[in-house]
Amino acid sequence: MSRLFSNDDSEFAKKYRTATAFVIICFLILAGRLVQLQIVYGNEYRELSKYNFLHRRTEEAPRGIMYDRNGKILAKNTVSYNVFIIPQFFKKDAFEFLQGLIELSRTEIDYIRQKIMLAEGKKRTFSLLGLRDIPKEWAMILESNRDRLPGLEIVPMEKRFYPQSMLASHALGFMGEVTAEDKKRYPEYNYRDQDWRGKYGLEFKLENYLRGKRGFIWRVTDSKGRPQHSREAARWLPRPWKKDPVPGHNVYLTLDFNLQTIVERAMAKHISGAAVMVDVRTGRILAYSSKPAYDPNELTGRLSPTRASELYSSPLHPMLDKVIQGTYFPGSTYKIIPAIAAYEEKLIDFNEYHLCKGFYEYGRNSSFSCTHSHGLINLESSIVASCNVFYFMLSERVGMDRMARYARLVGFGAPTGLGLNYEKSGFIPTKQWYAQKFQEGFRIGHTLNSAIGQGNVKSTVLQLAMAYAAIANRGILLEPQIIEQITTWNGDLVQGFKPKVRRRLGFKDETYDFLIRSLAGVVDDSRGTAYKERVPGLKVAGKTGTAQVRGMKKDGSDAKESKWKFQDHAWFAGFAPYDNPEVVVVVLVEHGGFAAKAAVPVVMKIFEGYFAEKKNKGGK
Amino acid sequence: MFEPEGRFFLRIDWTLLLLVGSIIGLGLMNLHSASANVNTPMFTQQVYWIFLGGSAFFITATIDYRVYNRIAYFIYIMGILALALVLIIGKVTHGSRRWLNIGPIGIQPSELMKIAVILAMAHHIDASPPKTEEGRTMAELMPPAFLVFIPFLLILIQPDLGTGLIILLVFFSIMFLLKLRIRSLLTLISSAAILMPLIWTFVLQGYQKKRILVFLDPSSDPTGEGWHIRQSIFAIGSGKFFGKGYMRGTQSQFHFLPAQWSDFPFSVWSEEWGFLGSLVILGLYLVLIMWAIRLATITRDRFASVICIGVGAMFFWHTIINLGMIMGLLPIVGVTLPLFSHGGSSMLTFMIGAGLLMSVSARRQY
Repeated sequence: MSRLFSNDDSEFAKKYRTATAFVIICFLILAGRLVQLQIVYGNEYRELSKYNFLHRRTEEAPRGIMYDRNGKILAKNTVSYNVFIIPQFFKKDAFEFLQGLIELSRTEIDYIRQKIMLAEGKKRTFSLLGLRDIPKEWAMILESNRDRLPGLEIVPMEKRFYPQSMLASHALGFMGEVTAEDKKRYPEYNYRDQDWRGKYGLEFKLENYLRGKRGFIWRVTDSKGRPQHSREAARWLPRPWKKDPVPGHNVYLTLDFNLQTIVERAMAKHISGAAVMVDVRTGRILAYSSKPAYDPNELTGRLSPTRASELYSSPLHPMLDKVIQGTYFPGSTYKIIPAIAAYEEKLIDFNEYHLCKGFYEYGRNSSFSCTHSHGLINLESSIVASCNVFYFMLSERVGMDRMARYARLVGFGAPTGLGLNYEKSGFIPTKQWYAQKFQEGFRIGHTLNSAIGQGNVKSTVLQLAMAYAAIANRGILLEPQIIEQITTWNGDLVQGFKPKVRRRLGFKDETYDFLIRSLAGVVDDSRGTAYKERVPGLKVAGKTGTAQVRGMKKDGSDAKESKWKFQDHAWFAGFAPYDNPEVVVVVLVEHGGFAAKAAVPVVMKIFEGYFAEKKNKGGK
Repeated sequence: MFEPEGRFFLRIDWTLLLLVGSIIGLGLMNLHSASANVNTPMFTQQVYWIFLGGSAFFITATIDYRVYNRIAYFIYIMGILALALVLIIGKVTHGSRRWLNIGPIGIQPSELMKIAVILAMAHHIDASPPKTEEGRTMAELMPPAFLVFIPFLLILIQPDLGTGLIILLVFFSIMFLLKLRIRSLLTLISSAAILMPLIWTFVLQGYQKKRILVFLDPSSDPTGEGWHIRQSIFAIGSGKFFGKGYMRGTQSQFHFLPAQWSDFPFSVWSEEWGFLGSLVILGLYLVLIMWAIRLATITRDRFASVICIGVGAMFFWHTIINLGMIMGLLPIVGVTLPLFSHGGSSMLTFMIGAGLLMSVSARRQY
């Protein structure tokens, strides 16, 4: 020391010790910091530095394709343009410029703003999905103004596309963005924030099959995101460094595009209703139409809030699947139930005739009316001419609960088992139900109303179709099917769907004979309710139904629209050809008025189309 | 004017030479790794600059330091003129006017000005010993303050906060070591304290204030300025005890370090050589600075003492600020790591500085 600070007489001497101490302390602080960073937290920083340059890119799996039974594509994937924003570079003036370029809604602007705010504190390269599925023209406008939109990127992504637009849209369903609830409910799918999933219809039901398994690939990138391929870089890759995505399964439906088109064309002039065509031998649904339909492409994309509320609040209920989600009074189509019950239980035979004077009296001063005075009617002609009076009489003999038992037997009051769109059960009332539900308890009037498919009887369109199919195929109540088979993306069978019998009805042969004969009479017999609309050569058997919705206001002061709302629902449930039934068709025209006028022509057109199509196919 | 050559060469300060040579060698080796994946002639450039700097070192060391005492003000005025010239015809890069192009090479006069300021102050202090026994009064400190203030102002106009700051710190370091009256010392400290808010308000640019704010709270801007520091800390920390290996630093090879050649070379070094390697560099600087202080004490010449203190302070503050910055202990200021960073002006300045030390060391009188 004495040598180091020997120059004691120098002006500086006294402060050298302080200066030396200061220098050493500063270096000790730096060394201490190195100990802290490299030794104490070394492992953590080693991990963090890996996180820096190792990037796991998700490889999304394409969703399975939906085909009709002939291989026509009903749902596939297409490219959509999405706007990604890197908040770090996307500054205020760029945002303003963007709003000047394309017309964004208030909600969209707020959405982007909120997402940018939430992104604060994320990684430098973090990008967020600002706008989904923008129109192609927008994509082009934005692309050509790239220089003035730093931090904005257009990324093409896969999107669901329904090439047939509205066709069978309630069966196919649509897709929607995954919600927080979805993520919680289906942890097995590992949904991510910007994922889409089936929200309705088959897209929803078959999510498990259609959805593929996403893969991943690890990459070493530099700070600008450029991939590094050197051997040194590869040293850092985790094992396994890559997993290929597996595309979702393809689904072949039982629907037939041509028949579906025929059905939808036949329904074209009615704004609201449903129609379904089922193969009576297999239970396979060939056509499935609910009106008004929605366009799934519209729902699976940029749906503006106004359009969404329009769809969800329309009085015509376009978002309701009227084949299985809507329940209706079946009206006279339901008369086969008391008829079967009475015949099976030997409560009546064909020789018993009753006189219909146009009304039916029971009790002291109550009366139920018929459409008109039918004259002498027996069991067979009661179906042909659809005489209410005869069924009022018959229902008193059969009784409420026995009628309900037969109704249940042919599938009413319980879901058909299609397992789609939260299928409704409909409703078949019993004495007990009335006793519990009504203060005055069960009354005979309830039985009479039930016999003609009114009162509290409710059925879905598909239930009616399956019941008539069970008559057409002489006693086999089938489970309706809409999926024929599921295959892997490269064609290996995953699951085939064989026709499934729900139960055998076990009625007498004569019961089916008489039912088919009378139902054929509805069309062919000159007294038949559908006679005037018959198409010669078509062997159609079926039953009309005109279901009262509610009493029309007497004064007629209602506006035209509400007048329409009070009109009866028009039904026809039938099958053809009656000597060897192939398909059953049920048509419901909501507020169509008189069945013969509204529903029967539709059905006839459908059957005409069906046989033409069959001939066409056979010819090939 | 020149001493006999034979005598000079017998008195070579090998310790100093070894320290300087080691730092330059390791720095060059580090630059080779840091620039491995970059397509620029940075390494070759640096080799040229080392030769240029080496020549400057040799020339500076050969000349008797007493010569500098005579021409100190001349050098100082030349420096001021150069700074003025920069403001007029300088090349603008990254928003500041720092470079002067002389033929094919560009230099930053502000870097070399540090040496000129040290020489000028040394000359003044040597020429005017304290008038009383108690030490120098405030009035006596005004001329050196003035000598510093002019270049400081010119450098701030460029603007180059880092260099301005270093000049100021070197000034305060020398002042502190003078024999001062207690009152002068207190005034000096309080004037530094007053200067700080003034600098904050009138001198610092928006981005510089932001850097300081980010430093105080790094999470306030994790993607911008904070990102640089975080990446540097990741690099150093991830080196752990033994480092990732030469040329194997992921932070540097994949370019996560900003300006890893000039401002962040130690992060690169630290990542690849770990704690052990970092201590080696830290030790070299410490010994070098201690060596300068030692020279200041053992020389009998006041002029030489001030030069050693000035050059030592320059090395010290550059090292502390650069390392403190890249370790996240200080805000980001563009200050190079002496003899280790890539850059010609910096290399030249420190080589001349080391040359001055050598010149003093070779001629010291026991």
